[in-house]
Amino acid sequence: MALLEIDRLHTFYGKIEALRGVSLTVGEGEIVALIGSNGAGKTTLLRTVTGLERARQGRVAFAGQDITHLRPHAIVGRGLGHVPEGRRVFSGLTVAENLMLGGYLHRAVPRLLAERSARVFELFPRLAERRGQLAGTLSGGEQQMLAIGRALMAEPRLLSLDEPSMGLAPVLVRAVFAVIAAIRKSGTAILLVEQNARQALRLADRAYVMETGRIVVSGPAAELARDPRLRAAYLGGEVTA
Amino acid sequence: MSLFLQLLFNGLTVGSFYALTALGYTMIYGIIRLINFAHGDLLMVGAFIGWTLLTTVAIQHIPIAAAIAVALLLSMAATGILGLVVDRFAYEPLLRGSRLSILITALGVSLALENGVQLGYGAGFKAYPHLLPSVYLPVGGASLGVTQIGIFALSLALMLGLYLFVHRTAIGTAMRALALDQDAARLMGIDVEGVIRLTFFIGSALAAAAGVMMGLYYSEISFTMGFLLGIRAFTAAVIGGIGNIPGAMVGGMVIGLLEAFTAGYFSSRWSDVAVFGALILMLMFRPRGIFGERVVERM
Ligand SMILES: Nc1ncnc2c1ncn2[C@@H]1O[C@H](COP(=O)(O)OP(=O)(O)OP(=O)(O)O)[C@@H](O)[C@H]1O
Ligand SMILES: [Mg+2]
Repeated sequence: MALLEIDRLHTFYGKIEALRGVSLTVGEGEIVALIGSNGAGKTTLLRTVTGLERARQGRVAFAGQDITHLRPHAIVGRGLGHVPEGRRVFSGLTVAENLMLGGYLHRAVPRLLAERSARVFELFPRLAERRGQLAGTLSGGEQQMLAIGRALMAEPRLLSLDEPSMGLAPVLVRAVFAVIAAIRKSGTAILLVEQNARQALRLADRAYVMETGRIVVSGPAAELARDPRLRAAYLGGEVTA
Repeated sequence: MSLFLQLLFNGLTVGSFYALTALGYTMIYGIIRLINFAHGDLLMVGAFIGWTLLTTVAIQHIPIAAAIAVALLLSMAATGILGLVVDRFAYEPLLRGSRLSILITALGVSLALENGVQLGYGAGFKAYPHLLPSVYLPVGGASLGVTQIGIFALSLALMLGLYLFVHRTAIGTAMRALALDQDAARLMGIDVEGVIRLTFFIGSALAAAAGVMMGLYYSEISFTMGFLLGIRAFTAAVIGGIGNIPGAMVGGMVIGLLEAFTAGYFSSRWSDVAVFGALILMLMFRPRGIFGERVVERM
């Protein structure tokens, strides 16, 4: 049984059906990429899985248990971490406060939080230098590091990331992908939404392609990277912003 | 000089009431962008609960200081729970709806509280028992009441406690976080609705403390007392920078002093003109309030 099992999920915004029966799985320790053009429903899928949007139909199971109708904080408590689109760091709070909030569920065990923030600082030395700085004053790349580090504070079993490379310079994009590889090495499964399809497919074990609320193609990432239809639509020479 | 000092003491005392009340407005606005019209009425309910405790529950048998402490704490707890219940059943279901529906609900809660208390206690004034000693210390020709010192000290202690709670504890940090970004706060594992309820509890308890102290200070209360006081305290929150906790404290003191000095040097009939005139000037020249430059930090 897979760690995360999404089964025929439907989500609506008013009358707009943004998810039209999406099924997807992520296994223990796996990296799964989810690609698709703008407005395909990738963000909606991640938001529904984390409980920020309500599913009208279908089922989400995590570690064998139904989490479809749990509230977000309870889902996070089960071990499902999420780095949202656009980073969403708490701009008016310091780097250290942002990280502490990432470990909010373990707030009764300060020793644990200290250990974990030390590990985050090891992964992102830049954040250590800036721990007293307001998150809103960080550069885009640093904010992305903080958003990832913050999610790691809860030591999730599965981390979903929504376009973590968006708006970053190429060197930082490579850094983000390296960090994702490192996170997987530590045993955390990854569900990665990316516009940067080429790099995502190189990193991932398996991948899904979404179009207007449906999964249209899925399979081993290496196979998808060679698929001529995908090459034309998502892996063409054009640089995605 | 002696008049100036007298007005200063009076202003700081009244300012304490406004500051404590403004904190509730500002915290609630800070986290859910709601102007809680019922907040002044929660203060009034707190004052009536204190009155009930001090008059009926034979508190005569215990020392005065203990009686007041018990009345204050119980009133704060009960009013806090009332505020929490109002949030849970009146506001929470509407949080995802339109801004207007929740605002109108707040007006409805305000009316319900006023009329509920009027039904239970009658429309007349209720005399608060004279428990506090009328001891005055001569200071530079003015007289500083021991009661005034007590009110100011207790208010300051409550505000300092709140400030430390919001800035030094994990739950306080969660409050500031959800004021900035609710969805992101949920992703941290924060029970956002729970923290909002806690905020209502704290804001209402602080208002109740102000209500009981007002009863003891002015010696009478009525079911309408929350209305004008609420508007002035809200003005204090706006002048301080709505959503900003130190701003509410400073704004409250500013309004209290403004009211006292206008009453002392001109006439008390002009105090509302001064208070709302200050609000208009503030909105014209510094719409974010005294502490408004810290836009990123809403609490
Ligand atoms: N809050 C919302 N209200 C109404 N419609 C929405 C909302 N959010 C998304 N949608 C719609 O749902 C569809 C899916 O949007 P979604 O953001 O999930 O796409 P996406 O694949 O993440 O796109 P992108 O690559 O641009 O981030 C789109 O048609 C979008 O317009
Ligand atoms: Mg998206």
